[in-house]
Amino acid sequence: MSEKSGREIVPQAYTPSPTVTERPGALGQLRKAPESFLDKSTIAAVSKSGIDENRRQLLRTSFTTALAGMLGASLSARALASQGDPDILTLPPWSKSLGNAVATNPYGQPSKYEANIIRRQSPGLTQTDQASVSFSPLQGMFGMITASGLHFERHHQGWVDIDPRRHRLMINGLVSKPMVFTMEELMRLPSVSRIHFIECGANTGMEWGNTAVPTVQYTHGMLSCSEFTGVPLSLLLEHAGYDKAKAKYVLAEGADGSSMTRTIDIERALDDVIVAYGMNGEMLRPENGYPLRLVVPGVQGVSSVKWLRRLEVGDMPYATKDEAIHYVDLMPDGQHRQYTSIQEAKSVITSPSGGQRLLTKGYYNVSGLAWSGRGTVERVDVSFDGGRNWYTAKLEGPVLPKALTRFNIGWTWDGKPAILQSRVVDSTGYVQPLKRQLKEVRGTRSVYHNNAIQSWQVTESGEVENVQLT
Amino acid sequence: MFNSPDAFTRSLCVLFVTAALTACGEGRDENAEAATITPPVASPWQSNYLEIGRTASPAELAAWDIDVRPDFTGLPPGSGNAEQGEEIWLARCAACHGDFGDSNQFFSPLVLGNVTPQDIESGHVAALKDPTRVRTTLMKVATVSTLWDYINRAMPWNDPKSLSTDEVYSLVAYLLSLGYIVDSDFELSNENIANVQARMPNRNGMTQEHGLWKVDDVSDVHNTACMTNCEASVEVASSIPQFARNAHGNLRDQMRIFGPFPGEDTGAERGAETAIASVAKEPPAPEAGLASSAPMELLTGNSCLGCHQIDSKLVGPAFTAVAEKYAGQDDAVVYLSRKIRQGGSGVWGGFMPPMAQLSEANAEEIARWLAQ
Repeated sequence: MSEKSGREIVPQAYTPSPTVTERPGALGQLRKAPESFLDKSTIAAVSKSGIDENRRQLLRTSFTTALAGMLGASLSARALASQGDPDILTLPPWSKSLGNAVATNPYGQPSKYEANIIRRQSPGLTQTDQASVSFSPLQGMFGMITASGLHFERHHQGWVDIDPRRHRLMINGLVSKPMVFTMEELMRLPSVSRIHFIECGANTGMEWGNTAVPTVQYTHGMLSCSEFTGVPLSLLLEHAGYDKAKAKYVLAEGADGSSMTRTIDIERALDDVIVAYGMNGEMLRPENGYPLRLVVPGVQGVSSVKWLRRLEVGDMPYATKDEAIHYVDLMPDGQHRQYTSIQEAKSVITSPSGGQRLLTKGYYNVSGLAWSGRGTVERVDVSFDGGRNWYTAKLEGPVLPKALTRFNIGWTWDGKPAILQSRVVDSTGYVQPLKRQLKEVRGTRSVYHNNAIQSWQVTESGEVENVQLT
Repeated sequence: MFNSPDAFTRSLCVLFVTAALTACGEGRDENAEAATITPPVASPWQSNYLEIGRTASPAELAAWDIDVRPDFTGLPPGSGNAEQGEEIWLARCAACHGDFGDSNQFFSPLVLGNVTPQDIESGHVAALKDPTRVRTTLMKVATVSTLWDYINRAMPWNDPKSLSTDEVYSLVAYLLSLGYIVDSDFELSNENIANVQARMPNRNGMTQEHGLWKVDDVSDVHNTACMTNCEASVEVASSIPQFARNAHGNLRDQMRIFGPFPGEDTGAERGAETAIASVAKEPPAPEAGLASSAPMELLTGNSCLGCHQIDSKLVGPAFTAVAEKYAGQDDAVVYLSRKIRQGGSGVWGGFMPPMAQLSEANAEEIARWLAQ
């Protein structure tokens, strides 16, 4: 920090956006006549009596004069800069040309200027791209909903794009009637649409020991929130006649190569779990389980089994590959915790966040996300001095259970070093822990369920860095 | 406008007229019509959908019900010994996991010398308390059923669910023998697997007694919502070291190009060392050579890229290396397409699973690409 403290903040000279280019073919092609180059009386005269030789000459002169005026305006744009913003004084090409037709992009695409806001892998995190993770760009997102194309990915044996006409869902085990459904059948059943977050249990897992990654995309980006539509799991279990006396657990299984499986206890399965096909108004994306996935609100993402093909009702946990070898939390005494499921209350400031820069002193809106797997966000406090003092932020609605909640708070930066933190309190009264409180109990090798308070340090140069406090 | 309406306006007018006519009921008897309407289901939860979905047949259940529980429910009858397992291992597993399950090239190692006879006695691997030791599968797994399930469900990595039941038994036996849990000639079967469970080195090393399982459990870590003068001193304990500033690429290019918080340029202004790192992170040049003509749909759709990359060795050799090896060989297309469909071993020191699902035409297309 000290080595950078001498650096000055140089106010950025305002220059026209480098992305504004001249419309292709603007010169050397036929030009449309500039509009309004005839005055009203000339138009009236031409309408009344047609064009005679005199009027023809008049029209020619008027057009030339108007055209010269137009070209002159653009040529002297720089000279006019002193009079104001060139991006205002000179009309940009998009204001002076015909735009694209409707349905040029039938499914729609983000602007080309948003090309930096994409899912990213963390280099070296995994050895193969099929058993890997891509992180959501939280630093570039707004509100509570994650755009479907930016929903984080975690695959265990590569993602598949399943033909929905050939996909089946089977329910077996402790049921009076083992059943099979097609997608058509599932989509005929009563549906619900609810907004929930999905967070990987390993989100922020790289930061247990020390600061390891630079931006919020990598520290917290295994987190997304969508509106999911589908059939309540409780309805399907009732439909198949699950054994109410003996049923204790449900095993969910995917149709991908890894046949990802996860044990879910029956109380939760009957609560708010959705067998989902819809996401943010469209079908699930293949990377998120098309055409069918489970959504288990509030618990680590691995339970929300993608490409869901089977649900088995049983009376004991299944201890399948991913819940007995992976997704177990190592405690300091050498014990592994199994079936650690709940994503406890957590929050993070997303703007500003690591890897960003504050350009000048003055007012900024500080914004972030808060969520709790046990219920609803009650309150978010923000500190600008590393946790000495806290101020309550404003929550943006809707504030929903087991969903991301956006918070905002105003801040005037005085140009001095600052450490920004956020701390959530959820509806159970649970207060998000400090990193040292978490380490005291769980050590540093758990990998999963790191929900500690995040610290972003703002240096005097305006740079924002990921740091951990003692 | 009404003198010469355009098509859009005309459509709107038609809609208005239709709506007006409908509203008037065209003189029909409204009561009579209401009587013929089928009422909707009163409650969406009413079971008027009993016909939706059908009973699963026993054969269908058998085809999909593959899980094996810790009490061995679901385990099919069969057997296999560790010696057979070693052969299968070398052919199907060693390329990724190493001859002795000790490789960390692709995944965490399965076996290393961290499991001791004392652990088999106590049922809790002592090395798990030591932060310097690498955690292997055999150190972690508490239930032998999990190993069986894992291999049966998802292995080999690029060819899941291709092993026979007896092959799975053999492989589990071999893996257990590498950890000295069973002898090197042990024959594992559905009959004796429960005895093996009693020797699993970390069978007591897993707990479900914690507050993160059930929704009404109590958390073991929490904070208090202090508001003022909460910390005596604030000290930064760790941050990203200078040399790693650009390890994730230039952060400037990972932020929105406008707005209050643009990205920090971590590629420039930091001296030669980071500048070089930045250059290395630049997007690759437009594809040339073999990559430019790769039949990507075939390669992706048939999991070829799970084991092979275009330019570098992964599980199998790089495609460029294959192309180089067979360049100029007259029957290269025929030879390679046969190899692709039938698989093989020995040529590159590993095992290539048969890609029988590929049609001859598709295999030939890949071969033609490699032999170009």
